Amino acid sequence: MSIDIYVPRDASALSLGAEGVARAIEAQARERRADVRVIRNGSRGLYWLEPLVEVALPGGRWAYGPVKPQDVASLFAADFLQGGAHPLSQGLTEEIPYLKSQQRLTSARVGVIEPTSVADYVAHGGYQGLQRALAMTQAEIVQSVLDSGLRGRGGAAFPTGIKWKTVLDQPAAQKYVTCNADEGDSGTFSDRMLMEGDPFALIEGMTIAGIAVGATQGYIYLRVEYPHAYAALNEALNAARQARYLGRDVMGSGRQFELEVRLGAGAYICGEETSMLESLEGKRGEIRVRPPLPAIKGLFGQPTVVNNVVTLASIPIILARGAKYYRDFGTGKSRGTLPLQLAGNVRRGGLIERAFGLSLRELLYDYGGGSASGRPIRAVQVGGPLGAYIPASQFDVAIDYEALTGIGALLGHGGVVVFDDTVDMARMARYAMEFCAIESCGKCTPCRIGSTRGVEVIDRIIEGVERERNLVLLEDLCETMLQGSLCGLGGMTPFPVQSILKHFREDFHAGTRH
Amino acid sequence: MEPLTDVERQTVLRIMAEHKSRPGPLIEILHGVQASLGFVPPAAVPVIALGLNLSRAEVHGVVTFYHFFRDHPVGRHVVRLCQAESCQAMGASALTAHAKRRLGIDFHQTSADGAFTLEPVCCLGNCACSPALMIDGDLMGRVTPQDFDDMVTAGQARK
Repeated sequence: MSIDIYVPRDASALSLGAEGVARAIEAQARERRADVRVIRNGSRGLYWLEPLVEVALPGGRWAYGPVKPQDVASLFAADFLQGGAHPLSQGLTEEIPYLKSQQRLTSARVGVIEPTSVADYVAHGGYQGLQRALAMTQAEIVQSVLDSGLRGRGGAAFPTGIKWKTVLDQPAAQKYVTCNADEGDSGTFSDRMLMEGDPFALIEGMTIAGIAVGATQGYIYLRVEYPHAYAALNEALNAARQARYLGRDVMGSGRQFELEVRLGAGAYICGEETSMLESLEGKRGEIRVRPPLPAIKGLFGQPTVVNNVVTLASIPIILARGAKYYRDFGTGKSRGTLPLQLAGNVRRGGLIERAFGLSLRELLYDYGGGSASGRPIRAVQVGGPLGAYIPASQFDVAIDYEALTGIGALLGHGGVVVFDDTVDMARMARYAMEFCAIESCGKCTPCRIGSTRGVEVIDRIIEGVERERNLVLLEDLCETMLQGSLCGLGGMTPFPVQSILKHFREDFHAGTRH
Repeated sequence: MEPLTDVERQTVLRIMAEHKSRPGPLIEILHGVQASLGFVPPAAVPVIALGLNLSRAEVHGVVTFYHFFRDHPVGRHVVRLCQAESCQAMGASALTAHAKRRLGIDFHQTSADGAFTLEPVCCLGNCACSPALMIDGDLMGRVTPQDFDDMVTAGQARK
């Protein structure tokens, strides 16, 4: 009988040479007449071990990593097909503490299954949620989502069930379900991992959303920087259509739901929901003034659900296991789990899905193992380019929506970027403004003009030109952008800047040329 | 404005025919044109506008809004270097400086031998393996200056 070997097709694993490893394993197997089947899975999210090769043994999957193509011959020589000892051996994958201590609900199958195989998805509990949903009324499905306490995982944390109820209550001939897969925040990759590693979870979640609100068409708005996710999604969509999980007669229910992927074109602002809708319509991604909300007047003017990838991919398990099961994870008003993403200058970067409430310190040191450089961690940016920088004195904060808001930070999409003590925080403040200037859609003045003025003011501060006066000006400008911008880009760019002014102000006083 | 060659015109018309009946097709069409021709020629704008019953300004507005679309030819390989925070935390600035020096160009320029165009990008989703770059459709992680030089040598050899 052939032995299954897993080598990820995840973009990050490929970026570290997984393709060469897969080829080397196949070549060695041929040469040694070993009967193996190489399966291309998603990533387990233990990125310091990628490319992570797993061998399916009777007692579970055995991990070796990080494997380079030139290690493959020695792996065969060490009889890794039987779990043989080797310096790269990591033991049973599921027993690796980083993974074992996680609570993987949404990403339970990522890295485990063959991503584009419907059969493998179903064998691992897939499509049970849709099956249940098809036996419920629309109102009951929406109630389940409400009861689960699920809030939008894209960053805004709006209760998903309320959005769905609004769309359900709109009388309209055509409604839409759209997925915001424009994961543009630096330090985030959970959407990508999910789309590459378990695309059916997203497809099933969107199908349930469509059935729940009465929408027959869905769109996944995917960023163009994710070609591997694009390929995986399209393969999965074709497989789902062929197996009748999509189309005119979803699972023989007589209900219709079609789904397609649309590519973005490199505009961060299109992660803002109204801008995304404009872009889906083929237009410039300029934001729309709200109201009306997309739930009332969204894509092509019709009632539209707009949810993030992780939000939608969390729906199947909520329907399959019940709202209570999901709600019992988490704390306070932050229910369920969140796939955190640990990135930047950190020893063990990766995906950590846990119930809300883990402390930032546990994340950085217990999971992350401290900085990659070995130097002290000085600052951590949570929640993407619009998130605050958190100083070491606040690392005991709990990772949930309310606790982070309490210290003037935000959770956003759950990205955590680590910086060591060589970081120049004045440069990071400048970058925040520069990023906003590059990515502003131009619709409102505080964002369009304010960000450029912000770069100029920070340049003067760094150069030491009328420093105190310009620091006051910068604070004032932040306030104007915060209060006066139409959407989160201009309205939240001040957050990282203000956090630097508050916690790392000394970095603005570094240069004293004038 | 350089007129479209016959082949270019036919390509644009073929792509439009493929997408025209879909709702909101303009960006899909621009993706198709850029994938086929390497860029969106300015002379394609009025052709697309006419076909979709849009004004030239509307099509031009979309082409220029999105960082990904370009209105000029590029080198045989497009290298996109991540400039976002996570990569900065792992030395993206030094890698960027090295890349520019190695190729003798700045961002948005093409090397003298026509092999490489260098573009900045904000996040490739490879943040646990920073610093990252993408060459054409291939992602690279934990890129060192040596990796970059090896990539350049390999890319120059490929046609």
